[in-house]
Amino acid sequence: MLALAAVLAYAGPARAGTAPTSFTLDNGLQVVVIPDHRTPVVTQMIWYKVGSADETPGQSGLAHFLEHLMFKGTARHPEGEFSKTVSRIGGNENAFTSYDYTGYFQRVPRDQLATVMGFEADRMTGLVLKDENVLPERDVVLEEYNMRVANNPAARLGEQVAAALYLNHPYGRPVIGWRHEIEKLDREAALAFYRRFYAPNNATLVIAGDVEAAEVRDLAQKTFGPIATQPAIAAKRIRPQEPEPAGPRTVTVADGKVEQPSMMRQYLVPAGPAAAKTERAALDVLAQALGGGSNSLLYRALVVDQGLAVSAYAWYQGAAVDASQFGVSATPKPGVDFPSLEAALDKVIAGVADNGIAASDLEDAKTQLVAETIYAQDSQAKLARWYGAALTVGLSIDDVRQLPNTIRAVTAEDVQAVARKYLTKIRSVTGYLVKDSSVPAEKRS
Amino acid sequence: MRLVSPRLVRLALACTMALAAAVVSDGAEAMTKIQRVVSPGGLQAWLVQDATVPLVAMAFAFRGGATQDPADKPGVASMTANLLDEGAGDLDSKAFHARLERNAIEMNFSASRDRLQGQLRMLNEHRDEAFGLLKLAVTAPRFDAEPVERIRAQMLSGLRRESTEPNALAGRAFWAAAFPDHPYGRPPGGTLESLPKVTVADLSGYAKNVLARDNLTIAVVGDIDAATLGRLLDDTFGSLPAKAKLTPVADVAAVAPPKQVSVALDVPQTVMLFGGPGLKRNDPDFMAAYIANHILGGGSMSSRLYYEVREKKGLAYSVSQSLIWLDHTGVFAGSTATRADRAAATLATVEAEIRRMAEQGPTAEELDKAKSYLNGSQMLALDTSTKLAGALVQYQLDGLGIDYLEKRPGIINAVTLEDTRRAAKRLWSHGLITVTVGRAQAASTGQPAPAPAPKAHAD
Repeated sequence: MLALAAVLAYAGPARAGTAPTSFTLDNGLQVVVIPDHRTPVVTQMIWYKVGSADETPGQSGLAHFLEHLMFKGTARHPEGEFSKTVSRIGGNENAFTSYDYTGYFQRVPRDQLATVMGFEADRMTGLVLKDENVLPERDVVLEEYNMRVANNPAARLGEQVAAALYLNHPYGRPVIGWRHEIEKLDREAALAFYRRFYAPNNATLVIAGDVEAAEVRDLAQKTFGPIATQPAIAAKRIRPQEPEPAGPRTVTVADGKVEQPSMMRQYLVPAGPAAAKTERAALDVLAQALGGGSNSLLYRALVVDQGLAVSAYAWYQGAAVDASQFGVSATPKPGVDFPSLEAALDKVIAGVADNGIAASDLEDAKTQLVAETIYAQDSQAKLARWYGAALTVGLSIDDVRQLPNTIRAVTAEDVQAVARKYLTKIRSVTGYLVKDSSVPAEKRS
Repeated sequence: MRLVSPRLVRLALACTMALAAAVVSDGAEAMTKIQRVVSPGGLQAWLVQDATVPLVAMAFAFRGGATQDPADKPGVASMTANLLDEGAGDLDSKAFHARLERNAIEMNFSASRDRLQGQLRMLNEHRDEAFGLLKLAVTAPRFDAEPVERIRAQMLSGLRRESTEPNALAGRAFWAAAFPDHPYGRPPGGTLESLPKVTVADLSGYAKNVLARDNLTIAVVGDIDAATLGRLLDDTFGSLPAKAKLTPVADVAAVAPPKQVSVALDVPQTVMLFGGPGLKRNDPDFMAAYIANHILGGGSMSSRLYYEVREKKGLAYSVSQSLIWLDHTGVFAGSTATRADRAAATLATVEAEIRRMAEQGPTAEELDKAKSYLNGSQMLALDTSTKLAGALVQYQLDGLGIDYLEKRPGIINAVTLEDTRRAAKRLWSHGLITVTVGRAQAASTGQPAPAPAPKAHAD
């Protein structure tokens, strides 16, 4: 799952049949049209080039809070009108926030595209916020925090590992924010953030489905075209960068409710446009070969052959503006301690760094990654996500289109080289999730 | 976890219950023509032939899932499902997975209460290999010692994790409370006590009794024609026994509400499930109830529960309710979660909304909007081959005709306000079965819960 999600973040279609068209409006809005004529349905996805890593220190969670508040209505369309319209026409909608982007999408019958484009354009600059709907929504976000983080020890470990991995870069802050800072977010902060970052020249509009580029161009011009450029927004995002890592770190999260311990490790690795294309592809292949399935190196060694773990995974987050993570994780069998498990894991990783991977493992991993790009053509929403994420972090349409070829070109030497260069302990944080036996869990079920 | 996505998660939560039952959303009218394929050997499948993408997706199901587990060994069906792709014929687990992965073939099995189901997806060029491997998996699973112990360990590990996971605890408690003396009350995934007792004889016995031609349902979507599919179906499933040997399962109604269950767990957010007896799929009021439920708590952002609980009061991040229909019963079930000191108020709001719907039904305007949504959303729900194949299996299992997608708008549009009022009254006049999982004291006394303090020690 994890591995897949990471790989898919910028993989792309293999065939010319789905060639997307792209154009940019005078106000700077980039529009990408991905044809899919199998059903009379269309997906609109707008990606803003702003995420949690663009928040001012002290206001963590603001990008995500604003995402929630974007459903609170505008002067032209009061709260609920957009969602009710989507619902009435049988569409669905969603929104998401990550480190590097915030996105909104609707999937609707094709003849309703103009309607949802009008709504989306309207809320790019027309949002109206009042305390009476901002404050209850902050409670909703705090409940989301409770669900995702407070109730979930594994999620807290993830937060701690990321915080330890990034000494200087804002990727160390959780997307949802730190609780004590979420509690203080308010209307003024949200509006300031909105005015600063939501503009046509800071967004990518992806339209996928049963439409033609010419039609979309006219509609985009009519709906988004009149919105003014925001000249203060820099073309490139400049954030504090990580220093060269100087030493491995470990984090332990103990909780009385942990009945199944686990460990994870993240390495700081290059990603996105800042990474060499060959290295990015080699890291994808490495993640797939190392921990992408039941025949991967880690699963075979730790789970099948040595019987130390019940599961083992690897993943790579390749779609990111700045240096991102290569992760490995394992869940020990009862009675297996972390040092034994970790030694076995280290040995697999060292094996790849020292000796490379077998030709058959390389081919299998590449086959699976290339197949993913074909399977993806079966889902217009997935294609829209791939292109949207890639373009928003600064990759190009061509990067996505060429991915199958880039993957095919990866050699065993490339994989060994990135393993040797990046999967070194000094670049890593290892996290352990353990039971806190000092506090008995209150549980009598 | 990269994405923080309010609506997605609400759906995921709903799914923790829906998956346990058998809920599939609505179909795509536009997607196309569905053919009934009968193989030379007499196997039937529904096929949507579509060559846009060079792949084939198949979904299939055998009736008789966890209901067939021995009473003292819940989890046999699930464990069998997890082991079908772990070695078969002359291929051991490693060789079997190597063949799958070398050809990027996706093969999954799982068991729910009423059935064992599977999905197969492949690129066209690997079609024969994929169906050949599936044949081995369903006709000659090996149940070798290594994979059996490995899968058992994985399932036990998952159960240990779930043993302090509030949503999982709530789901288990709900089904156990609703069906105390029926297989539906047992957890399909087994328990920490039952899984260690499961033997290879249990697994192979289950496979032998359940994997048969007369209780197999198949749907295929993709770049394949009827004749080729017919031949592949015979090659794949033709050597299965003609008849399944199923233990009969009694029809049952969920326990009469009201009933309250609380599970103590030291978490800052209290998880609440609520539900009660529902309708079976063939009930004449089913569609009216489905529409009324959509208005009350269905999957859109404009349901009454969503508005009252989340939008207006900010009580919870997620709140929704679904109808769940099984072969031998129907229930309605919803879920929400809020911090401990607001749990009672949240549940009171939910109860008030459910009661109001039972007493007054929806308004004419709500009914019109819901019909409009349900008609329009049909084709959205099934925009990938995998989703479409899964839905076509469900329609067959539900006894709906091959023309159901064409008839469905008519069925929806024929529902009157009176129908929805009658259905709402039938479903929601009797109180609720509620399950709460959280800090017992805070929830029951209404005292504010202490702020959650993550016990994180960095060293």
